[in-house]
Amino acid sequence: MEHIAVWVAAFLTLGIVSFLYKDNPWYKLSESIFVGISAGYWFVVLFWDNVHGKFWTGVFPPEEYDAAGNVITKDPDWMLWIGALLGILMLARLVPKFGWISRWPLAFIVGSTAGLYLINYFSSNMMRQVQGTIMPLFGMWQTDPATGEVMFQAFSTYDVVGNLVILIGTFTGLVYFFFSKEHRGVFGATAKVGIFFLMITFGASFGYTVMSRMSLLIGRVDFLFGTWLGLIK
Amino acid sequence: MSERAKEILVVGLILILSIIVYLGKVGGWIGALAFSPAVSIVVIILIFLALVWMLVRTLRGQLLDRRIVFLFVALAVVLPFFMSITQEIKISPEVQQLYDALESLPPGSKVLVSFDYDPPSAPELQPMAESFLRYCLLNDLKVIIMGLWPQGPQQADLALQAALADPRVQQKNLEYGVDYVNLGFQAGNEFVIQRMGANIESMFPRDYTGSAYRDLPLVRNVKNFSNIDYAFNLSAGYPGTQEWVQVAVDRYGLWMGAGNTAVQAPMMYAYVNAGQLEGLLGGMNGAAEFELLTGLPGKGTKYMLSQSFAHMVVIAFVIIGNAAFLTSGRKKQPLGQGK
Repeated sequence: MEHIAVWVAAFLTLGIVSFLYKDNPWYKLSESIFVGISAGYWFVVLFWDNVHGKFWTGVFPPEEYDAAGNVITKDPDWMLWIGALLGILMLARLVPKFGWISRWPLAFIVGSTAGLYLINYFSSNMMRQVQGTIMPLFGMWQTDPATGEVMFQAFSTYDVVGNLVILIGTFTGLVYFFFSKEHRGVFGATAKVGIFFLMITFGASFGYTVMSRMSLLIGRVDFLFGTWLGLIK
Repeated sequence: MSERAKEILVVGLILILSIIVYLGKVGGWIGALAFSPAVSIVVIILIFLALVWMLVRTLRGQLLDRRIVFLFVALAVVLPFFMSITQEIKISPEVQQLYDALESLPPGSKVLVSFDYDPPSAPELQPMAESFLRYCLLNDLKVIIMGLWPQGPQQADLALQAALADPRVQQKNLEYGVDYVNLGFQAGNEFVIQRMGANIESMFPRDYTGSAYRDLPLVRNVKNFSNIDYAFNLSAGYPGTQEWVQVAVDRYGLWMGAGNTAVQAPMMYAYVNAGQLEGLLGGMNGAAEFELLTGLPGKGTKYMLSQSFAHMVVIAFVIIGNAAFLTSGRKKQPLGQGK
């Protein structure tokens, strides 16, 4: 059975890779199998985890027993019916005449998600990041725990350069996104420096993306030449 | 012979060759291939010369077929697997920070590991998972595994098997439920993290094997995040490290590090700089660095040579592409006047 599984995996991997040569029936077959299996898999997972695992067992709790064999009774969670009702209303979209009803659960999702995310993002992605950017540039005054003497602890050159890059990058980047004043003269030059920082950031991000995609290819190559053909140690 | 017939012939040849090699592997008469260091260097020089030749051709105005690019990237990824040369790996401050955090944990500390990825991201995250679990088990750290992605606990199970197969780990006679536990998957994304902040058992009443939470000695007294000494999140997207930072770290003060796919990593460095994350392993490189620090070489180290070669080839083709652009005589057109 293991041999068959490895051969099927190799057949499908090569089928997907064959698209690099040109579009062909082998690729189409592999792609269709992948899409079909993915759709089926996710339907089953979502049904058993959400509809059955959360709603059904929450509304009709199954009998459970403790170590002594006594039945543990659980109260049904009637609040789950609200979620189920909103879910059913979403299906109204399938009947064009009543399609407008599906906007209500959608509005509930958008509203509640926006409210919850506002707090999370404001705290973690804004305030904490602003706090992290406001920092000493060249060193800090610190108290020596042994002597109690307050002394200036200078940062290393590497850290100072890093701090200056963050300072200049943040400032010029913000200037670039300030559109209430025309980008000319000193202001325009500062905005241009900001563009350089943005481009370097995008470049680094692109480099990481290439690294990520290569890693996926390396994984498949390791499978083909290692697990399948046994040519890699 | 028609083009279709040639294609069928090539596929047939590959199939026959694969069957022979596979039978050789099963029968034991074909083993692993390995180039000697001299052959490895010759291969590298040949690839380099081929790239230079392509650059010269491009400068002369002869453009390359896109399939040549794919072929060279494939060669750059495949050939290093057989080479007998090593690559120097430098430790980045973020990986060192994560390692230092782990080193500061006394034996018996409880480490929560959330597996928030699935098989497509395994080549990047599985090496991290294996080396992290191996390090924890070897250093007597108690591991509590969970997942916010349905296939996360399965990936965790594979990583656990790999870690438990290490002879040094086997010598410790570790016991499931006492030294490590897999709580399984729970649907609900960041809301699961939020509920765990108050009560972990409410989200994981049973573990991956079906045992009740309160029957597992390792987690019986773990009520919420305040009973967790360190957390590590392996993330490939949503829900992942961002959600853990926003909820578990910033609201509940969980001490946490993360291992991310390379695509995600640039966004997570900001969390490390702001002190919200205690260390970060970014992509396969991060995995290799962590393996080097822990002295437990694994897949990350093995894959790094291919990764570096592929990057060099990509950079070479970026140069060739720019050469093609500059020599093709394309002039910048004023806006609205381009063809």
